[in-house]
Amino acid sequence: MYPSRFAYEAPKTLNEAIAILQANGGEAKILAGGQSLIPMVKLRFASPEVLVDINNIPGLDYMRIDEQGNLRIGALVRHEDLEHSTTLAATHPTLAAAASLVADPIVRTRGTFVGSLCHADPQGDWSATMVALGGHIVAQGPNGRRQIDIREFVLGPFTNALAYNEIAVEAVIPPAKGRPAGSYLKLERRVGDFATASVAVALDMNGATVGRAGCALAGVGGKTIDANDAISVLVGKTLNAESIEAAADAVAEAADPRTDHRGSADYKRHIVKTFVTRILNNIANSEQKAA
Amino acid sequence: MSSLYEVIPPAAGADVPVRRITIEVNGESRTLDVEPRLLLVHLLRQGLNLTGTHSGCDTTSCGACTVLFDGRPLKSCTMFAVMADGHKVETVEGMGSASELHPVQEGFKQEHGLQCGFCTPGMMLAAKALLERNPDPTEDEVRWALSGNLCRCTGYQNIVKSVLWAAEKMRNDQPQEA
Ligand SMILES: Cc1cc2nc3c(=O)[nH]c(=O)nc-3n(C[C@H](O)[C@H](O)[C@H](O)COP(=O)(O)OP(=O)(O)OC[C@H]3O[C@@H](n4cnc5c(N)ncnc54)[C@H](O)[C@@H]3O)c2cc1C
Ligand code: FES
Ligand code: FES
Repeated sequence: MYPSRFAYEAPKTLNEAIAILQANGGEAKILAGGQSLIPMVKLRFASPEVLVDINNIPGLDYMRIDEQGNLRIGALVRHEDLEHSTTLAATHPTLAAAASLVADPIVRTRGTFVGSLCHADPQGDWSATMVALGGHIVAQGPNGRRQIDIREFVLGPFTNALAYNEIAVEAVIPPAKGRPAGSYLKLERRVGDFATASVAVALDMNGATVGRAGCALAGVGGKTIDANDAISVLVGKTLNAESIEAAADAVAEAADPRTDHRGSADYKRHIVKTFVTRILNNIANSEQKAA
Repeated sequence: MSSLYEVIPPAAGADVPVRRITIEVNGESRTLDVEPRLLLVHLLRQGLNLTGTHSGCDTTSCGACTVLFDGRPLKSCTMFAVMADGHKVETVEGMGSASELHPVQEGFKQEHGLQCGFCTPGMMLAAKALLERNPDPTEDEVRWALSGNLCRCTGYQNIVKSVLWAAEKMRNDQPQEA
């Protein structure tokens, strides 16, 4: 398979890239890791006239904690950069748990964190972690930069909130208020498959009490499911059998699964409940060990 | 080179836009004119006659087309050749020769790591990349690193053994520190 013809641009700066987007009025597309876009253009699901390869723009491959404690992930940070990070598990356990579950190891050498958010796949793993962590996107266009809350960024299946002349330059995750705890669990039929159902949980713990609670789901709705309200039943509580069950029930209720070749709607909802329970039990157990 | 896709559909005419790129393939610098939509796997196989890189699923799933891109494994059916401008590509042809096998190739021979051989070049390159990062992997780590490469013949058992064999050989071949 090969795509229909397109013009290829390889700008060296963000401004140059934005100017190309601007000049092509919606007919140009950003090419990052290419691990979603190239398969799509090969299948001719998309036939952009211009591809703007951003891989030659220096300075977009950073992953750092800024002075306010925000984690900033540049547009060219690959999935495997998160997977191989030696510090992420301590600072962002939810991201660290998801990193090795995105696609397969070879796709992870190229695919980018930010590209995955832009692609807005309802089964995408990173969107779920970002919603649970309360992150935002920084978009840059001809008139400068703006912030977009991740919940307003992922609009629907394969639709994001960027204007045609904007690039997502980084993803930002605010600091935990308290000790960060959380995880990501995903049911897949085999390595490299998209989620049948997956659950991201991110808690900020103050001693044994839950401060902030975040949760989001992938694979069980027409877009990433925001289950932050559902899991907020945990705020101000300690993690025990009763509070965990209440939270798991509320989150399972927030899921909106459909029966398909990956399983029935009931089955997927059941997986969601099981995963929430498992993640919260693990956090409760490690709390006890630490105490 | 510019005509690689042109010849597939009825002749498209001489106005096909091409771009000049320079890539290092198996240590040799090559300057080529390519149509932007030309996939790296097709450049390697049809353009440069390096048919050791296989094309299997053509949908980024099987890993038969795996090459090393600046040392990291890449599915060459999922990159345009123009994107490789200024980069290094290594294919199975660059690993060793029939008389002088790379330890990973030797491992596949010793431990019967292949049957039909279709997946083998990709498997070996993914294994080579693993061993460069992690010279002493556990069996689990080998299985994990090769989980983006599918094999329909072996059941994987002997592939894993081959990679562990190569890892040991490469560690033993390392000059010992005093
Ligand atoms: C076999 C396979 C299995 C996969 N499995 C999973 C999985 O289990 N879970 C999962 O989450 N993903 C999975 N993926 C998708 C993978 O994670 C992609 O890497 C990711 O979705 C897109 O990132 P990319 O950098 O490759 O983006 P690209 O493919 O380059 O781009 C994707 C889209 O985002 C836009 N875009 C990219 N970057 C920017 C930017 N900075 N600004 C504006 N727009 C931008 C592009 O224009 C395009 O529309 C899989 C892919 C493959 C091939
Ligand atoms: S041919 Fe490239 S992954 Fe199968
Ligand atoms: S040896 Fe035949 S596919 Fe692996």
